[in-house]
Amino acid sequence: MEELLRGVEGFMYPNEVELQWSILIVIYPFVTGLVAGAFILASLERVFNVEAVKPTYRLALLTALAFLLVAPLPLQLHLGHPERSFEMFLTPHTSSAMAMFGFVYLWYLLAVLVLEIWLDYRQDIVRWAEEARGIRGLLYRALTLGSRNVSAEALRLDDRAGRIITIVGIPSAFLLHGYVGFIFGSVKANPWWSTPLMPVVFLFSAMVSGIAVVLLLYVILSRIRRRPVDMACADTVARYLFYAFLVDFSLEMLDLVHRIYEADESFRSLDFMVHTRLYVPHIVVQILLGTLLPIGLLALTQVLRLEPGWRLRLYVSAACLTLVGIFAMRWNVVIGGQLFSKSFLGYTTYKLAFAGREGLLPALFTLVLPLGILALLLRLLPPWEEKAPAA
Amino acid sequence: MKRNRREFLQHGGVLLLLTGASSLAWEHVAAGEPEAAPGYDETAHWWAMAIDIERCIGCGNCVRACKAENDVPLEPFYFRTWVERYAVPAGDPEHPAAESPNGGFDGFPPAAPGEGIKRFYVPKLCNHCAHSPCVQVCPVGATFETRDGLVLVDKNYCLGCRYCVQACPYGCRFIDPRTRTVDKCTLCAHRLAKGLTTACCEACPTGARRLGDLKDRKDPIHRFLAQRPVHVLKPHLATGAKVYYAGLDGSVR
Repeated sequence: MEELLRGVEGFMYPNEVELQWSILIVIYPFVTGLVAGAFILASLERVFNVEAVKPTYRLALLTALAFLLVAPLPLQLHLGHPERSFEMFLTPHTSSAMAMFGFVYLWYLLAVLVLEIWLDYRQDIVRWAEEARGIRGLLYRALTLGSRNVSAEALRLDDRAGRIITIVGIPSAFLLHGYVGFIFGSVKANPWWSTPLMPVVFLFSAMVSGIAVVLLLYVILSRIRRRPVDMACADTVARYLFYAFLVDFSLEMLDLVHRIYEADESFRSLDFMVHTRLYVPHIVVQILLGTLLPIGLLALTQVLRLEPGWRLRLYVSAACLTLVGIFAMRWNVVIGGQLFSKSFLGYTTYKLAFAGREGLLPALFTLVLPLGILALLLRLLPPWEEKAPAA
Repeated sequence: MKRNRREFLQHGGVLLLLTGASSLAWEHVAAGEPEAAPGYDETAHWWAMAIDIERCIGCGNCVRACKAENDVPLEPFYFRTWVERYAVPAGDPEHPAAESPNGGFDGFPPAAPGEGIKRFYVPKLCNHCAHSPCVQVCPVGATFETRDGLVLVDKNYCLGCRYCVQACPYGCRFIDPRTRTVDKCTLCAHRLAKGLTTACCEACPTGARRLGDLKDRKDPIHRFLAQRPVHVLKPHLATGAKVYYAGLDGSVR
């Protein structure tokens, strides 16, 4: 702990030396953002009937579910008393942005995502329930929830219901992540966070990261399945990524320009921070590597007539860089917002532990766990028909 | 004694019911009543504090008294009250230097000599805001405003999410490493209920910090507020802070 004092430059209020929100709270908006983004991508196909992105539809839904299941974990790990977290449901404090998370989360998980996935898979589940044996068969039979009616009329009803849920789901996904932005944006004590743009920036960065992760997973899974990547699909998804990124970047630049031009009492302190201890994560990783470079790569694919192989390579590189950039953005918001003193007279340091409850190890675990869950979901509810031989 | 199955189930059921009920009852007993405060009427007070910057000598008595009275961890990261020393260069009020070694617990070392530097001490504590941003954000209502104008924390209810620590503009909150819940100045509520002043005010040798009851018309704080130019910290945040400073320099944040 004494080491912390050596990391202080200038003056911090004594209680400020130790950072309150660790890497786990960086992961929480990152993961939630992937959920919202993946769902919005899936919704495009459903609501606007974009046939081209169909191969990623189910994958996007399952990705959203896998990450959503893990989203509360970093929060739980971080709480001083996780055993009391249920109080948030029993005695929520209605003026608290955080208290509403539980309800938004449950609404989104149960009323939107799980229901939509079930309706979309119902026909397949009924078929698998009849084909599969053993535990697998039992599971599918349970998943039918007792209804094996797959008549044309029933399916039409499913489709209608699914469509309505998606239409409700889009604002819900917006709410889920816009709300996460509001948790930070509404803290008037912290000028690095306090801006009405925060929920909007969070939302668009969520879409960007969600689209990128689905694109990446689609390409990787195609490799694993030894199937060719549907280029029409990859092109369309990459185009969405490009557009969403442009909006996201414009919003972030608007925020930046506004801060620089207004230059209020916090500006000098924050400006100094961005040029010193936040230089690498903010300027280098987030803006140059994680935003401008992927936007540039995606722009190339839009302007030049590249071969599919090259286009795909650029898409994959751009998607990887995007994920790094959005993670850096979450890092810079959460950690960056705690590195400066609210007296604007000094700076502290964040020491990331390796093991321990809030260290690097549990952080990596919470990032890998959704991939494990996704692998399981993909086996249980295969999004693609595997019967057609590889071309 | 022989028992048939019906009897066994009946007795067992009754026993199970009773243990459940008794454990619930015991929980209620163990939770206890709020500490008795005979003669103390919460609605008759509205607490505040008056701080006279020119009187503070930076001795750190208040910090030590607070830590002793309220069992605050002694490490230099946990303070319910602390003292800052400011040094403002002549003609450059925008670049003050502030320091608070161990929160002022050990007093202050002699200041480095310098021409025309304005020096003064600023005692800080929870402002017991009337529109507390910390109370607003607590997800379960574990931190709350009392009818006598205090902002308190229910330690048996706090989740330790630290949102309130982020929301406090003054850096007045910390996580107690022993309970993993949030901790802050209570304005010595336990002493107020007995008609005493706070530990910090009692220990202050110069009367730089004085407790005031805004609902008591005879309280000297009314004269202080009426006759001295006073200021609260970060007034632009409109938190309804109730720690009033006389002689506060504009460079203080």
